[in-house]
Amino acid sequence: MNAPAKKLKVATTSLAGCFGCHMSFLDIDERLFTLLEHVEFDRSPLTDIKTCSPDCDLGIIEGGLCNAENIHVLREFRKNCKTLIAIGACAVNGGLPAQRNHLPLTAILEEVYHTSPGLANGMIPNDPELPLPLDKVHPIHEVVKVDYFIPGCPPSGDAIWKVLTDLLAGREPELGHGLMRYD
Amino acid sequence: MSQTFTLDGQSIPFADGQTILQAATAAGVFIPHLCYHPEFKPHGSCKLCTVKVNGRHTASCTMRATPGMTVESNTEDINAERRSLVQMLFVEGNHFCPACEQSGNCKLQATAYQLGMMSPHFDHFFPSRALDASHPEVLLDFNRCILCSLCVRASRDVDGKNVFALSGRGIKTRLIVNAGSGRLADTNFSPADKAAGVCPVGVFLKKRRGFAVPIGERRYDKAPIDSIAEEI
Amino acid sequence: MTANDMSPDVVAGVVDRVVARWRGDPTCMVQILREVQEACDWISPEAIDRLQTALGVPRTKIEGVAGFYSFFYLRPRGQYRILFSDNVSDRMLGSQALLERLCHNLWIEPGKVSEDGLVSVDRTSCTGMCDQGPGLLVNNLAITRLDAGRIDEIAERVRNRVPLAEWPAEWFRVEDNIRQPGILLGHDMQPGDALRAALALGDDGPAALIEAIKKANLRGRGGAGFTTGLKWLACRNAPLKPGQGRVIVCNADEGEPGTFKDRVLLTSYADLVFEGMTLAAYAVGARRGFLYLRGEYRYLLEPLTAVLERRRRDKLLGAGILGLPGFNFDIEIHLGAGAYVCGEESALIESLEGKRGTPRNRPPFPVTNGYLDQPTVVNNVETFASAALIALKGADWYAAIGTRQSAGSKILSVAGDCARPGLYEYPFGVSVRQVLADCGATNTQAVQISGPSGVCVGPEEFDRVIGFEDIPTAGAFTIFDDSRDMFEVARNYVHFFQHESCGFCTPCRVGTSLLKNLMDKLHNGCGSPYDFAEIEKLNLLLQSMSHCGLGHTACNPVLDTIKKFRPAYEKRLVQKDFTPAFDLDRALAAARQMTGRDDAAAHLVKATSGEDA
Repeated sequence: MNAPAKKLKVATTSLAGCFGCHMSFLDIDERLFTLLEHVEFDRSPLTDIKTCSPDCDLGIIEGGLCNAENIHVLREFRKNCKTLIAIGACAVNGGLPAQRNHLPLTAILEEVYHTSPGLANGMIPNDPELPLPLDKVHPIHEVVKVDYFIPGCPPSGDAIWKVLTDLLAGREPELGHGLMRYD
Repeated sequence: MSQTFTLDGQSIPFADGQTILQAATAAGVFIPHLCYHPEFKPHGSCKLCTVKVNGRHTASCTMRATPGMTVESNTEDINAERRSLVQMLFVEGNHFCPACEQSGNCKLQATAYQLGMMSPHFDHFFPSRALDASHPEVLLDFNRCILCSLCVRASRDVDGKNVFALSGRGIKTRLIVNAGSGRLADTNFSPADKAAGVCPVGVFLKKRRGFAVPIGERRYDKAPIDSIAEEI
Repeated sequence: MTANDMSPDVVAGVVDRVVARWRGDPTCMVQILREVQEACDWISPEAIDRLQTALGVPRTKIEGVAGFYSFFYLRPRGQYRILFSDNVSDRMLGSQALLERLCHNLWIEPGKVSEDGLVSVDRTSCTGMCDQGPGLLVNNLAITRLDAGRIDEIAERVRNRVPLAEWPAEWFRVEDNIRQPGILLGHDMQPGDALRAALALGDDGPAALIEAIKKANLRGRGGAGFTTGLKWLACRNAPLKPGQGRVIVCNADEGEPGTFKDRVLLTSYADLVFEGMTLAAYAVGARRGFLYLRGEYRYLLEPLTAVLERRRRDKLLGAGILGLPGFNFDIEIHLGAGAYVCGEESALIESLEGKRGTPRNRPPFPVTNGYLDQPTVVNNVETFASAALIALKGADWYAAIGTRQSAGSKILSVAGDCARPGLYEYPFGVSVRQVLADCGATNTQAVQISGPSGVCVGPEEFDRVIGFEDIPTAGAFTIFDDSRDMFEVARNYVHFFQHESCGFCTPCRVGTSLLKNLMDKLHNGCGSPYDFAEIEKLNLLLQSMSHCGLGHTACNPVLDTIKKFRPAYEKRLVQKDFTPAFDLDRALAAARQMTGRDDAAAHLVKATSGEDA
């Protein structure tokens, strides 16, 4: 890859995820240096920038949507990023958090705060600072248009590298055997 | 086997009565499939094996080969259609691969890999399906059932037991077991049954035995499904 | 004790009696389940226990079959099970409001059973009463011409637990509504005339009869238009394995929404139909015949049984028909149980064999491997009736009617926005415009011909003609004037296909549900051009990958209306950008309720195009 005239602006976030995909992203190791010749990071846990610049080229979203705040952040990314990538099982299909979807939210809150001992004095927290949970966990493509997906839990550093380099080179991203994994 | 047909430009020999899929498999050409199993009568329901015969779509597992027929299979268009079918199966059930003991051995997953499925694309149905943990040795996780009916056929045709059947209709079609209680423990099912070993996904799980082979070292982790000869 | 409870002894007694009546034959499973339910109101676990023993079949088989058909209940649905016909024509006549009114009167929710277990109210696919709707079924018996007054009276009788037998007979009256008779609806054949004419052809009678049917150019009236004579010939020539015989099946599973001509043929012209079946039996050498009657026409079972009985007495059925030694043929009536897909001939045969109505893999075709693997002719009601006329009046007479490619007449079931709904029989070749004029349709925007799986034609096509060369049809002719929203018409049909998909193959099972969800998304104001593209993509997938005609045609109403009434769709693509199918704010409702919060942050407003909420 030749260094471009202007670096691409990349924003990343983790919604209802575990940051595992971000950790895996760091697994591209020394290739990060090469990457940094091509991109600069905007809003991301890596930079601690809190809001997206309006001219981001790439938004990388880890995690699905389990609460109102996730929706706000996702919308911010969609609004400010030309291209949006869902990374990891949770962003792609809801993942582990979505395994609560067969239970009514009321039953979950009941069980966690009323039946089980020791949390919040038997009260369901109602602090306006806390985002309210959605009745179901959704993958992000069910709420905004998503341009690309990197499956995996987490996707390997190599898979992430492959998709990013494909995109930087203007190719349709493709993961062959070994890189394409859902687990 | 002097007769042949053409599959993606390749001449495929076949014997009388062989289906396109059987003849292709025998010739070492892979056609994706989920409800087909060489030991059972072709069923033709998953439609993954759909090919174009003389320009018309048809399931290759049920269509008999005839001399000179022209079959398209591994084309961009057909693979895109197959990919949509796999995506449909993923959103219809609850398929959470990272938490599934069958991951790496699952034909649905391996087929999705082979077809380059990067996302489930459609909106998820997130159906509510109960587990059946009643049996002392085997757990049934209906969340992963793709209604291929292989366990139904195996139990009926090989085990002679009729432990399984499909009930309901349309999107409400579901796998049932042969007991008034609806519990596997109340049937004459045995883990040694053929039905216990034919599931292409992860509905049948042996209890007290998990991840004996680590993720990453399983059947389809090692090689893509289209490079592995059908297990019999 | 709920209203549906019966003691196990009583249930066992019912099951034993029904099983005995059906010779303990598991291939009659659908009939056995129907009769058990008629007696017990549902198919209880106790009934299944007893069936398992009495029939010697596994429980999975019984539950598998019972679970497939809409009219079989594995859970109690009340003593009064009310199903509103949900065809678009019923809706146009106000069925939705009437359903709500009945539910309100009875204090129940649609789809649920009342707390006392007395009554349930739900929707069902078209019941074939479009010319006298809105209609409903109560315990599978048809009530027509619903209005608010009738609904209130129904509610009162349900509440007072008045037995159905004491409900006014007038409610159950089904009119023929023959508006324009032709060669079939105006025929003067006496029972036996056509058979006598065929037998008079002598020893070569069967071959000569097939030749006449071919020469008359009779084609199947179910819509596909296969040449009837060739079908009969193929069946006649199909090899028999030891112990096998040939079989004649009359497909009276008239499930295509908007069609009701077979209802009238079987009400007032049953002899013509049975005579046609008997002629087919003579032609192919069959001894066994079935009339597969849709469950919605349950009320016709007794009158049709009486016609068969009379024909037996008159030597028109049974052993040695009309005194001809060896001409043995009889007809049994099997009822469907609420499954449109059983109109597909191989699914119908599965159902006749007491199975789930899943279409078979073809080839082989029924004509060589049909009922219990025997050579089987499956023809439409109208086809058999037409065959009888050909036998009586000759091939030349028949071939001269209609057009070159489409001989004879076609009965149209006209309903929707017109002054005179009912049956219109025309020689093939009649224009859409002519039919519209005859039935008194004005300001017509569109006509759905041959039901949702057929075609939707707009005014610029009204000079097209009914016939295999232009618009083939099974008979439905549903008219929409310019006050109707063609998107909503298509959405109703998409719901129909989703409900009726048998679930066997992936593309139809999942695809019809996805299509329904997308149409609902547009209806709910969440549609964007993205969804429109998705709909088009799904249509193609259903068309190319589905197992049977249901899936292949499930997208027809959408494809046609997109092509011809695109503004109705564009009006619904109100979102510029992709918008979720579900209401985000409503997705927080449960959490709001549990936390008691209602502050601004406890809500999610819709994102407006291009800006964040």
